[in-house]
Amino acid sequence: MKSRSLKPLTPSLKERSNHDSDKGRNMSQSPQKENEYETSPPHDTLAPVKDMVRACIQCGTCTGSCPNAFAMDMTPRKLWRMVLLDRKDEIFQSRTFTLCSACYYCTLRCPRGLPLTEAMGKLKQIAARENLKAHKKSIRFYKSFLDSVRRHGRVHEMEFMTLYFLSMKDPFMPLKFTSLGMKLMGKRKVSIEIPSREPNSLEAIFRKVEEMEERI
Amino acid sequence: MNYLYYPGCSLEGTAVEYNISTKRFMREVGANLIELEDWTCCGATAVESISSLLSLALPARNLAIAEKAESADEILVPCSACYLNLKKVEEKTKKDPEVLAELNEILAEEQLQLKGRVRVRHLLDVLSRDLTPKDIESRVKKSLAPFRIAPYYGCQCLRPYPVFDDPESPRSMEPLIEATGATVHSWKMGTKCCGASHMNTKMEVGLELVGAILKGARGADAIVTVCPMCQINLEAYQNKISKINGEDLQISILYLPQLLGLAVGLQEEDVGLDLNLAVSKEFHKKLTGIDILA
Repeated sequence: MKSRSLKPLTPSLKERSNHDSDKGRNMSQSPQKENEYETSPPHDTLAPVKDMVRACIQCGTCTGSCPNAFAMDMTPRKLWRMVLLDRKDEIFQSRTFTLCSACYYCTLRCPRGLPLTEAMGKLKQIAARENLKAHKKSIRFYKSFLDSVRRHGRVHEMEFMTLYFLSMKDPFMPLKFTSLGMKLMGKRKVSIEIPSREPNSLEAIFRKVEEMEERI
Repeated sequence: MNYLYYPGCSLEGTAVEYNISTKRFMREVGANLIELEDWTCCGATAVESISSLLSLALPARNLAIAEKAESADEILVPCSACYLNLKKVEEKTKKDPEVLAELNEILAEEQLQLKGRVRVRHLLDVLSRDLTPKDIESRVKKSLAPFRIAPYYGCQCLRPYPVFDDPESPRSMEPLIEATGATVHSWKMGTKCCGASHMNTKMEVGLELVGAILKGARGADAIVTVCPMCQINLEAYQNKISKINGEDLQISILYLPQLLGLAVGLQEEDVGLDLNLAVSKEFHKKLTGIDILA
């Protein structure tokens, strides 16, 4: 597979363990060494994101355009700089990338034409692949969604929310959504029935994608 | 007018009234929607957070199915997230034959093939460019003159691909709203993000974003949307947001084809208005107070 845009995000396990022993690796300098694996993925996983933002001129248009910047602990402009400086700890300890809601304002307005929303997506993918504890809420949400899709071909909203609640193991979390759930059930828009496996499973496609991502 | 039709998962669940009203209104204006056989999920916004390749493969499967159906070469998509996912495949495969080859390697698992023959179109694109405001005006049976309507576009039907409207200052809904007799509520919030799935994972951020949109709509009778995610975010948390802000920010939220449908004389149940989560008593009252034109 030669396509650059579809290159897998993480190197193979073998490559990864080689990098792990690189002496130039700066993760050992982290003040929170014990937790580092929970928040920091292995070495050169940032490479595809770097490729996307290399031409960044630090103008801050992305930050000025971002509807979620108010809730971020690091502005998008600073995040791109951190990517280029390889500061993985800061990037993955921050919740900035998880706050991207894919509104595409930054992508539209970036004077360098950089695919910034996609770059945010790549960071989310790294966090998911490394199963970083700090971001488990978003990761479990997305994974529950795709589990439902893989099995049934289509999303069953109630099933996927149930999978999400179960995976979070937080007995109080569903309560936040009880009133909405009741309203939706009242309108018969969702049902509590969990559907059985259906013929239009997307298993073959999911498997093939996984196989191709492993290939390089 | 023949269109292939991709409703997407939400339109079978929380957004069933968007499905009902889209189909019914399109029939009313003489368009024929042919639902894709055996369509599957486009991956929504979740898939891009898990895998880039899968985020293209899931929509590609649906486009390949669309190509097999030879009844039309345009696919109509009402959900903005589905639209963007499908559009992304159309755009990326057009530019990069390697992406197309990779996707075809995946699709071969289901004996499908993608050539790039089908054009992906958002419902708002079709409503604003394939119809003229006159097409609607000439069918209006119930002038919505007493209503002031705030057009809410959201994000993904406009950005990053500016196909049918200005992605910064869109106007495409305005002639449609005016054609019903209603007044357009002029505001700056029509293109602002509703927070998408933040409402599930970072509720405090979602509530803030939606709060600002609801505040911007003060003075309007309703907001109209063209996306199931925007719709549920705007309608489902109004009580909570009103409490946080210490003011009543409740407002009716309708899908655009529901509003258009009501204007051309469809009944409330024809457009699924009983299924919306936020349609106020005042809205119903105004609606029943309007005389039907002969």
